[in-house]
Amino acid sequence: MYEGVVQDLIDELGRLPGVGPKSAQRIAFHLLQSDAADVKRLADALTEVKAKVRFCEICGNVAEGEQCRICLDARRDGSAICVVEEPKDVVAIERTREFRGRYHVLGGAISPIDGVGPDDLRIKELMTRLASGEVTEIIIATDPNLEGEATASYLARLLGPMGLKVSRLASGLPVGGDLEYADEVTLGRAFEGRRLLDV
Amino acid sequence: MPLYRDQAIVLRTQKLGEADRIVTLFTRSLGKVRVVGKGVRRTKSRFGARLEPGMMVDVQCYEGRNLDTVTQAETLAPYGDAIARDYTAYTAASAMLETCDRLTEEREPALQQYLLLAGALRSLAERSHDPALVLDAYLLRALAIAGWAPSFHDCARCGAEGPHRAFNLASGGSVCPMCRPPGSAAPAPETLELLAALLAGDWVVADGSDPRHRREGSGLTSAYLQWHLERGIRSLRLVDRETRVDTRRSDSPAVELGGHADRPSTTPVAPAQTGHRA
Repeated sequence: MYEGVVQDLIDELGRLPGVGPKSAQRIAFHLLQSDAADVKRLADALTEVKAKVRFCEICGNVAEGEQCRICLDARRDGSAICVVEEPKDVVAIERTREFRGRYHVLGGAISPIDGVGPDDLRIKELMTRLASGEVTEIIIATDPNLEGEATASYLARLLGPMGLKVSRLASGLPVGGDLEYADEVTLGRAFEGRRLLDV
Repeated sequence: MPLYRDQAIVLRTQKLGEADRIVTLFTRSLGKVRVVGKGVRRTKSRFGARLEPGMMVDVQCYEGRNLDTVTQAETLAPYGDAIARDYTAYTAASAMLETCDRLTEEREPALQQYLLLAGALRSLAERSHDPALVLDAYLLRALAIAGWAPSFHDCARCGAEGPHRAFNLASGGSVCPMCRPPGSAAPAPETLELLAALLAGDWVVADGSDPRHRREGSGLTSAYLQWHLERGIRSLRLVDRETRVDTRRSDSPAVELGGHADRPSTTPVAPAQTGHRA
């Protein structure tokens, strides 16, 4: 145990995800040995991120204003919405440069065992967006795990009767991997989603 | 025993650190164990979908100081994958896995519970019966194995031959007019017949039951389970409950019980009451 503010800093750092007591102590002493200007820059960044960043009122992505840059961008295709679990998934899909539509962040996936049901996600907000009639295609990009699949099947049942084109991101073999290490479910999905080659 | 191998059903997973997960396994011969799956959240993980809830796997783990670590896993039956494609089956499976997690203790072998869970998951994956019926059958039988077998025919208190009209959670099921405590529910006789069929595995009777009695039976089963466990099962609230069946008769106090519905709803639904303690 250290005294006063040093221990307070270690305690606060230790509350961060993935940071244990030893790591918290190491970060705290690194900050103590750093230049005051560097530490101030970090403190300002922390304060600003809480003051400025909020969630986009349309899609739920992180934004510095009321709407995120993707919802404000008039060049994006408004007829397609990609539904993701978290804002970090938006960044992952944006890195591919394959999708030019808009997003909808659910804020998680349905997980009854953790007490998360459909009403705890931003599904009502998605239905509200669809009411305008502009959207014709929904791409469900929830995680390829059990919760993500169940969320996708729930959304598919909800959106199916609306006459929209509803698709799910393909599951299959990761590029660069060996076939023999693929598990049965992944390999089965790769077979289900196989594509014709141009010959 | 630094290294061991066993058949197991994945009960639940929790995120750990950057890309790991704590996986709760219900093994055939060791009982429930908590293990670390290293790197399982990475897309290139060699475990892939093998350590997802509801999967039946052949695992090899080595013992650690606090948690064991999975070193190998092979799929025996990918129930979880088939179940996740059907939302109703998924919510029923979640309730079964959570109940199993509650009913079993770490490192205490429970072969009957293991076989029961495996059979119930297979039934859900193969769409053999209505998921709500499979769930109720599982819950009743899991409670019976744990020592809380309900009686749906003879009096649970004095053993007087039934059928009896009253049902009391605290007494352990049907009660005769002489033993009937105040506040007992009076479900429809067909509901008690359905529950007895689910407990005994009489699927001809169960599959031919009326939806009204299924809803009432689901409510009684949930209340009975949660009364005995003394804590709520979180997943039960999300088993698409939308019907609130009032089992009151002229002389019994209100018992609001939820039922399983078979379609998703985005409207908030009040959690089922955990019954009364008469």
